[in-house]
Amino acid sequence: MFMLEHTQYSRLTALMVRRKAHKIALLFFVLLAAAETAECRQKGPGLGQPAPRALIQAWNLDVFPDGTGLPPGQGDALTGKAIYQRHCQSCHGEEGSGGSAEELAGAAHGLTDEPPDKTIGTYWPYATTLFDFTRRSMPLDAPGSLDNDQIYAVTAYLLYLNGIINQLEVMNASTLAKVKMPNRDGFINVYQQH
Amino acid sequence: MDKKSVMQTVAGGGLLDRRLFMKKGLVFSIAAMTADSMAASEHEKSRQPWMRKPGQPFSNYGQPSPHERRTIRWVMANSMAPGNGVSWTPLHDLEGTITPSGLHFERHHNGVPQIDPQHHSLLLHGLVNKPLLFSMEDLLRYPMSSQLCFIECGGNSNAGWRSEPIQTAVGYFHGMASCSEWTGVPLRILLEEAKVKGRAKWLIAEGADAAVMNVSIPLEKALDDCILALYQNGERIRPENGYPLRLIVPGWEGVTHVKWLRRLHLTNRPTMARNETAKYTDLLPDGKARQFSFVMEAKSLITNPSFGHRLERPGLYQISGLAWSGRGRIAKVEVSADGGKSWAEAELQAPVLAKCFTRFRIPWQWNGQKTVLKSRAIDESGYIQPERDALIEQRGRHGYFHYNAIVSWEVSERGEVSHVYA
Repeated sequence: MFMLEHTQYSRLTALMVRRKAHKIALLFFVLLAAAETAECRQKGPGLGQPAPRALIQAWNLDVFPDGTGLPPGQGDALTGKAIYQRHCQSCHGEEGSGGSAEELAGAAHGLTDEPPDKTIGTYWPYATTLFDFTRRSMPLDAPGSLDNDQIYAVTAYLLYLNGIINQLEVMNASTLAKVKMPNRDGFINVYQQH
Repeated sequence: MDKKSVMQTVAGGGLLDRRLFMKKGLVFSIAAMTADSMAASEHEKSRQPWMRKPGQPFSNYGQPSPHERRTIRWVMANSMAPGNGVSWTPLHDLEGTITPSGLHFERHHNGVPQIDPQHHSLLLHGLVNKPLLFSMEDLLRYPMSSQLCFIECGGNSNAGWRSEPIQTAVGYFHGMASCSEWTGVPLRILLEEAKVKGRAKWLIAEGADAAVMNVSIPLEKALDDCILALYQNGERIRPENGYPLRLIVPGWEGVTHVKWLRRLHLTNRPTMARNETAKYTDLLPDGKARQFSFVMEAKSLITNPSFGHRLERPGLYQISGLAWSGRGRIAKVEVSADGGKSWAEAELQAPVLAKCFTRFRIPWQWNGQKTVLKSRAIDESGYIQPERDALIEQRGRHGYFHYNAIVSWEVSERGEVSHVYA
């Protein structure tokens, strides 16, 4: 709660300074600020309805690098190849390159070459992102149409095409989170450098 | 007023005092000059056709004049997937600071959803004590606030990274930037109502489009100035700009302003979505990439004259353009009419607002010789828009996103304007 309370406190402090700038002892001042916080919260319209747990579960698609959010299910590259050929190849090309959409695999060189070749294998830092993005956005003409097993399989195929896992490795909630991508350490968080 | 003293230049290449057009004496002398060319016109002696019969009746929703039909968004989309692409604001055809809603740039990943607001809700969950669900009717009852702010795609102006200067209209080069008045519910109010837990540090925002686009935003920004916008430029947001609900994140790159917003997930870490890892990260020459480079740094460009315009003859012109900064207000815009050898301060159109387009203007006496025009913005944080060489020195050539270098226009002896690296 520190960040929120701290920010609120700063705002309220500014408000109180304006209202009662004269001769208030610091302790008294803090007590007033706390009372004001509670009062402000009650002043909001409060029109939000309690969100049903089942709705949250149904809508929440977020997947995190540690595997949080990955659903049950599994698949391997061999199964994934057939799914890829049917749903992905027309845009992304045979084996992940040469199509009208972005290159997914088959980088001819790395990120410091001219020009750099950005693919899943050279650029993407987390394997979980591949599952997440495929599940939420792909295939472009029928997003949401693949089941979790199919998405795990296509994820496995793309990791295999990029030389990150072998053809027989099964991807599921546990194994996918353990895949270390080649460019895992390739990013600098410039926001938190500030 | 002594005309000669007013017309003295303040910088090389014929730049004049920024307030020149406001000085009455000169306004009258210009008016006298231009009136000459029209004076003997036959039109003034009789009625034009539209003066001889009653005009059109009222319309329920206005349209631009048919004579302005070329002022349009230029669409660049994948023909295999027409909903995946960009449309550009024609900055070269506009003046002032507000982008008409119908000309606001678009970047969609899988088309524009046609959302029935009665079947759209906002879910707020995760690290909160009270997960909440809001209907659009609920949200319309909350206290609202408005902010005039620009939205700029992180990939705007990326043709600037190319080794050869691209020759295209300024809007079709830099027009993934637009500015509107956004009105809605401050996000802070809903977060306070849901009672955010202390461990929460990030907010994942998600849209209801076919791509179910999502992005992670630091909580401190959400509490600072983010708005759940319901209105744009006074009317409900248009479908292509996020109807019925759009997250506005003032000063930050466009991808964070999630359209068709339906879910906000409070977390202790970012989700590492495709659009915050594979895209919207800036590759540096050493192979590392800048991530979470949210703020759009100060930028300016001359929109008139710019590529495609032609100066008919030497004489007095107004240089006009736009400046903006994701860090706050524009403090100053300087213009050069001699390729950067000397600079003069442009007039800023009031009010100058934080994280908002700022129109700058300066009068210019063109002597008919070849020259290069430039503008550079300085914001209230002291940040100075860099020359292209300096930006490339710092970021290399393959950052793709966040290009904000000084733009140079060469005016030829024939008055033709082209884009140059100078």
